[in-house]
Amino acid sequence: MKRVLAVDDSVSMRELVRATLTDAGYDVVSAEDGTRAYQAALGSQFDMVLSDVNMPSMDGIGLVEKLRARPEYRLVPIVMLTTESSAEMKARARAAGATGWIVKPFDPERLIGAVKRVLA
Amino acid sequence: MNESALQAVGDASGQSQYLTFRLATEEYGIEILSVQEIKGWTGATPLPESPPYLLGVINLRGSVVPIVDLRKRFGLAQAEFGPTTVVIVARVDRPDGARIAGFVVDAVCEVYTVGDTDRRPIPEAVTGQKEFVQGLATVEDKMIILLDIERLLTQAIVGAGGVAQAA
Amino acid sequence: MTLDLAQFHEAFFQESFEALDSMESALLALSAGGTADPETINTIFRVAHSIKGGAATFGFSRITTVAHTAETLLDQLRSNKRTVTPRIVDLLLGVVDVMRDMLASTQQGTRTVPVHLPTLIADLEAIIADNVGNGAVGSGGAAPVDPAAGQPVPAAPVAPAGGDVAGWKIRFVPGPQMLVHGNDPLRLLQELEALGPVTASVDAARLPPLADLDVEQCVLSWAVRLDAPATIDQVRQVFDWADGDCELEFEPILRPAPLSVATLVVPAPVAAPVESGAAAPADGAATAETTARHAAAPETSIRVSIDKIDELMNTVGELVITQSMLSQCATQLEGHTADELRGGLAQLERQMRALQESVMRVRMLPISFVFNRFPRMVRDLGQKLGKHIELKLVGEQTELDKTVLEKIGDPLVHLVRNSIDHGLESADKRVAAGKNPTGTITLNAYHKGGNVTVEVSDDGGGLDRDKILRKARERGLVGADEELTDERIYNLIFAPGFSTADVVSDVSGRGVGMDVVRRNITELGGHIQVLSEPGQGTTVRVRLPLTLAILDGQLVRVGEETYVVPLVAIVETIQVKADRVSSIAGQAEVFRLRDDYLPIVRLYDLFGIEPRTTNLLEGLLMIVEADGRRVGLFVDDLLAQQQVVIKSLETNFRQVPGLAGATMLGDGHVALIIDVPGLIMSVEHGSHRAPLLAQAAAA
Repeated sequence: MKRVLAVDDSVSMRELVRATLTDAGYDVVSAEDGTRAYQAALGSQFDMVLSDVNMPSMDGIGLVEKLRARPEYRLVPIVMLTTESSAEMKARARAAGATGWIVKPFDPERLIGAVKRVLA
Repeated sequence: MNESALQAVGDASGQSQYLTFRLATEEYGIEILSVQEIKGWTGATPLPESPPYLLGVINLRGSVVPIVDLRKRFGLAQAEFGPTTVVIVARVDRPDGARIAGFVVDAVCEVYTVGDTDRRPIPEAVTGQKEFVQGLATVEDKMIILLDIERLLTQAIVGAGGVAQAA
Repeated sequence: MTLDLAQFHEAFFQESFEALDSMESALLALSAGGTADPETINTIFRVAHSIKGGAATFGFSRITTVAHTAETLLDQLRSNKRTVTPRIVDLLLGVVDVMRDMLASTQQGTRTVPVHLPTLIADLEAIIADNVGNGAVGSGGAAPVDPAAGQPVPAAPVAPAGGDVAGWKIRFVPGPQMLVHGNDPLRLLQELEALGPVTASVDAARLPPLADLDVEQCVLSWAVRLDAPATIDQVRQVFDWADGDCELEFEPILRPAPLSVATLVVPAPVAAPVESGAAAPADGAATAETTARHAAAPETSIRVSIDKIDELMNTVGELVITQSMLSQCATQLEGHTADELRGGLAQLERQMRALQESVMRVRMLPISFVFNRFPRMVRDLGQKLGKHIELKLVGEQTELDKTVLEKIGDPLVHLVRNSIDHGLESADKRVAAGKNPTGTITLNAYHKGGNVTVEVSDDGGGLDRDKILRKARERGLVGADEELTDERIYNLIFAPGFSTADVVSDVSGRGVGMDVVRRNITELGGHIQVLSEPGQGTTVRVRLPLTLAILDGQLVRVGEETYVVPLVAIVETIQVKADRVSSIAGQAEVFRLRDDYLPIVRLYDLFGIEPRTTNLLEGLLMIVEADGRRVGLFVDDLLAQQQVVIKSLETNFRQVPGLAGATMLGDGHVALIIDVPGLIMSVEHGSHRAPLLAQAAAA
């Protein structure tokens, strides 16, 4: 079973992502901010990270930077799942090494599709 | 305290821990998870029209808790309350809420782990207070009478004279 | 896959309300201080941002619009393209209010739109667009907002061009760093496949000799054909992420015919306010409702589970016990400090009482909850029986404890049915008696002396004293030569199986009812009484405790034990004089109080304990009353009067006849509370011991 780390500071979003992907057969662990996500990622290897951008503590871009600095996460897909859509933020995420960018609102089916393709 | 979680752990392993106590010459055990606390005997408020083994009620942090003299309940010879005499306060959680009662016993002994294989049913020949006995266990070459705490907390307290509210 | 999004709604509402609270306090911090702390702005931004994301996901499009507009403005503040002004803070506070309202109405399923929403959006838009004016830092030409973000978020803004486009030819040349950035060109092509069939041919011209190949360099490029009528936006979106990291060319494959002029109408960024603006006048009623609710805003309320209140109640009860324990300790102290301590404790006692009352009030609800069912019931019953009835409700706002309230509904229904059926005469009889043909039923509730009284009155013919007495004699309830007061006679209607109705109707009159009513009321610790005036009508008066949680008690001592007698049941306490006591048939003792003979109940006997004295002359006789009957309780001594918290004996044991419960004394001991009505009932049914046991078996 592929393991996905879902990071979002919003409970409803986190739960929605978790339920959507769990339903689709993924093993989902969720974290409520970058710091906690980073800790979770260090404790266990994930096949993919799906992270919000705007979060207190460490934001999504910070999380990408930190994860990319670690050999075991150098090639793991990290996709941003966010309402943020400014070109500047996208450029920053890209520079940090994010794999993709899914704009909220997302349709659960499409999220599954995207995750499937990333993990194909 | 998360009793139900603890309960689950005990059940899953097939082993349970029992607190044992002495009553006359025998050693009895009740599941430790249902023991809420052990306290000294400080008297109780007698209730009217109650069976003799019901010593009355006490205040346990705001709850009215009945106290049963287990010697009397089991029809054993009466004994003076001494320095080792204690009240074992037990609790079971039932769908209609928790039930708590205290049992006066001669002394508290040990805590033993009893596995499924250590348990024996009560011999057919035995008569007496069988209804409250869950089974027998042999631990360290001693026989321990394992009590059914749920029955103790319901039938044993309300007794024949009354009708259990929860029944 | 069917995932019900609704299951996440509540979490979204809760977190959004909380987020709005923090947005509000952050905004207030902004308005207070002069300089805008970037972290504060970020916090505010994040709130708008999350709400927008959630609302969009769950399809609350109007909330999305507001959040989006606010976010756009906040983004300008965040990126220092604009400075914070008091006007902006005001507008953003307005956003908080509006979003709260909208979230609340969405949560209730009404989705009403606040009236001032369009104005608010317009004001925000004006500031956002004002990039030359005050505070705008960006160069004149460059829009301060990312164009993508300027579009309304819900339902991906798609140009309606699909009709004419059959597909796209795409040249895709990834930059050399693309793989390093974590983007996989193949993934993008797979993404594209989601839109329709894709054919791609690879161009490996740039592929170096194997020895020179850097696996992290992307050297391939593709010519891609998508055979699907996707919009340019949809296609761009696929490659959006790689934009800047690759070369892209898009060429539409047009349908051969018909070649209409492709007017790519792109919705203007102002589409957002249009949506809400159009919606607001559409449902004017809903808007008005929102305004009305807004006006009533100060009366906010929260839902709290009754368990939590009970827990609070318990804790307060514990505090009362501790406090009385301290007071008791203090009485044994001496000296100046002790006086001060006692003063402080007296104050504490008053405060405890106030606290207890406040907590109790939380559980109180107006009796209108019960009264509300009667207009309909009276109307229906009146029609059925062919009686004209007017119902008067008085004191509907009288409050009482929720548990009491829940239990008096049925008894009151019974009483009202009885009044309509037996109390009120037919219109003919009323006219014949010179009365208004329309009968009146009045329900009246009021507080009196720590109790609630509810009266059910009718202006009917009144109870037939002689008929009741005759029936009672027939049934042997009253001896043939026994003379009774009117009150006693009227109260016979509460006897089990007693009915004087000539016709047994299906409304009432089966003779079951009044005894059940009385039992219900008595179980609540209440009291029921009938007043009747021939030709004028009947009033049934029900007196109920305000709460079942505490009671005013008189502590009495019997031997070593302390008992609590409810103050409401005590008539008086007297010292016995020898010449007033006599025993009937050698056993039952009676005591002469003025013109009445009252049975004497020796409490020590009842409870089987050792008294200080068995001599009636050495103790006290407490006259208690219930349901119009009196007995004298013989006790050793009177102690304090105090409010006690009632603890149920049933929780861990069972109901005990003669006891209404137990309470904790200041010294930590349990004191039993005497159930006066139960006690009197058992005394009346003979010697008190046997019935108590009989009741126990029947309980």
